[in-house]
Amino acid sequence: MKTPLPEPGAPLGHYVSDAPFDPYAAERKVEELKVIAQASQFQLMWWQFRRHRMALASGIFLIAVYLMIAISEFLSPYNLHTRNIDFIYSPPQTLRFMHEGSFVGPFVYGQTMRLDMDTLQRVYTDDRTDVQKLRFFCRGDSYRFWGLFQSDVHLVCPAKDGEFFFLGTDRLGRDMLSRILYGARISLTIGALGVMMSFVLGIVIGGLAGYHGGIFDLIVQRVIEVLQSIPSIPLWMALAAIIPVTWSPILVYVGITIILGMLDWTGLARAVRSKLLALREEDYVLAAQVMGAGSARIIRRHLVPGFMSHLIASATLTIPGMILGETALSFLGLGLRPPITSWGILLTEARSINIIALYPWLLFPVVPVVLVILAFNFLGDGLRDAADPYK
Amino acid sequence: MIRYILGRIAVMVPTLLLISMLVFVIIELPPGDYFESYISELRAMGEATDMAEIEELRERYGFDKPPVLRYVHWVGGMLVGDFGYSFEYRLPVSDVVGDRLWLTVLVSFVTIIFTWLIAFPIGIYSATHQYSWGDYGLTFAGLIGIAVPNFMLALVVMYFANIWFGVSIGGLMDREYMGAAMSWEKFRSILSHIWIPVIIIGTAGTAGMVRRLRANLLDELNKQYVVTARSKGLHPMRVLLKYPLRMSLNFFISDIGSILPSIISGAEVTAIVLSLETTGPMLIKALQTQDMYLAGSFLMFLAFLTVVGVLVSDIALAILDPRIRLGGGSRK
Repeated sequence: MKTPLPEPGAPLGHYVSDAPFDPYAAERKVEELKVIAQASQFQLMWWQFRRHRMALASGIFLIAVYLMIAISEFLSPYNLHTRNIDFIYSPPQTLRFMHEGSFVGPFVYGQTMRLDMDTLQRVYTDDRTDVQKLRFFCRGDSYRFWGLFQSDVHLVCPAKDGEFFFLGTDRLGRDMLSRILYGARISLTIGALGVMMSFVLGIVIGGLAGYHGGIFDLIVQRVIEVLQSIPSIPLWMALAAIIPVTWSPILVYVGITIILGMLDWTGLARAVRSKLLALREEDYVLAAQVMGAGSARIIRRHLVPGFMSHLIASATLTIPGMILGETALSFLGLGLRPPITSWGILLTEARSINIIALYPWLLFPVVPVVLVILAFNFLGDGLRDAADPYK
Repeated sequence: MIRYILGRIAVMVPTLLLISMLVFVIIELPPGDYFESYISELRAMGEATDMAEIEELRERYGFDKPPVLRYVHWVGGMLVGDFGYSFEYRLPVSDVVGDRLWLTVLVSFVTIIFTWLIAFPIGIYSATHQYSWGDYGLTFAGLIGIAVPNFMLALVVMYFANIWFGVSIGGLMDREYMGAAMSWEKFRSILSHIWIPVIIIGTAGTAGMVRRLRANLLDELNKQYVVTARSKGLHPMRVLLKYPLRMSLNFFISDIGSILPSIISGAEVTAIVLSLETTGPMLIKALQTQDMYLAGSFLMFLAFLTVVGVLVSDIALAILDPRIRLGGGSRK
């Protein structure tokens, strides 16, 4: 390609490749291509998805986070409800490794609290002589693992008679790090459960509307239009206000999940409907009908697999909205109620400017929220690109 | 075309009727009514309750009648412009809302202009410089803008404003102008406060718009007519502005449907954090205290604006884009 063109009129040089001739190259190529041709849809998606570094990293991050919430009791140094009344609004302690020039492993300095009588503020100062080495795989606050059995083993705990507040404490002296780890369990599962619910609703309702059309389709379309016409936050709030005050926190959790799921299926149902409208005209659907398959079977076995990957991608993109919805609702005091702890509940502590100015570490739950939402966005983008065969 | 518009308007009527029913059910569902919470509030403060007065109020607003009658009364009233009575404020709903409405519209309007002014250049830049460092940086910043919910951004900005400038940034005007009549000083005070809520509320919208503009523009830029125009020697800027940009603006028009109600509702949660005197916090408070006519009429109004907005954007799309006009007409 790069060789300069010959002089005008001169004979063109005949190109012969130096590589040894292999008469079976084409057939071997077919063998290679066979792998691609026979790969399932999800295998193709995976190959495509692997190339999207950011999405892959986000996926791994999210898997790690979801694994973490399975064992948050073990990971957090304190119990969710442990109050350290001597350490109210303690600032984050710095994790150190070197003490007076020598390495002692991870430790924190002990703190002494003094009440500033002018501002009535608690002032904490490091006591440079009090080295509190952290312990690992140690016994600390007792907890009920998933409410099932009693245990007191933690990944990391403070030194005996010492404290370890990596992210500070709140107005009751509760450790923020532990609360964020516990809150992750609620905030992350609410998004996942809500999406599962809206997923099922969206496929069933959208599927029936798209496949059958007619009067059912008309009704469904109107209902979707109605639900989408009412702005989401007021609608959530109005529904959340219905949840009786007398319900137990667990029931409220279920209720909020249902509300989030009930209002979110409209987008998915629309996507399913428009896809089905196109797909139901395909010949293979006619073939299935001729063979006597019922509509439920046709939708389930023949139509839905055709665009499942798109659905999963778009569902991934709606999880952040749900997590944010829960956070906003709890922040307004309409969502979950203590003792259940979610990131939104933690943020309610940081509502006023005075508190933020004095105790900025109460804002820390913003960081995991943003990280998780970013990760879901990247993952969803990657999945959507991977599911798109025309890219 | 007229047939299309008339058909769309005819469909609007049952939709609005359904919405009104849904809103009414939502408002009615919480157990008890405003008066019950009012009575218990009075009792908690140790004040005597004038049951006769409350009974009279109950009767006047039909709380002794079955829900169906109340629904008919409420919808009938709205048709003639009577939005009911706010128990919390002891004023007709239209008076309560009217006070805050213009402030909300001001904030939202400035926010939308801000969003457009920022989003357009960035979107065009990202699309024309795809995969450059600038594009990556802006895309990443945009994703963060989407990922950080506005009310959290408000908290963080409040924190940094406090550290760096030592000011608290809540509110829309200085305290002494609250409730004062409109004057030049009040206007100046509002202007000096408005930029913070505008930036905070506008971030997510800007980021979203940049993303969509970039995606749409990229689709168009790869088409052959762009190559043709370039090879004919048209200036790149002119090619961009004259064809692909115009084509990629369809999403912009279909956004009108969601912009209209958001002008009025004004970012509820953020407004609470920043303590803005807009309609959002009022709506939330009304929902919490079961001030049912205020909440219901306002929700209804928002939904009505959404439906009208969708209609307007559909008509605008049909006028601007012959593919939609012709395709939509022949198929359905």
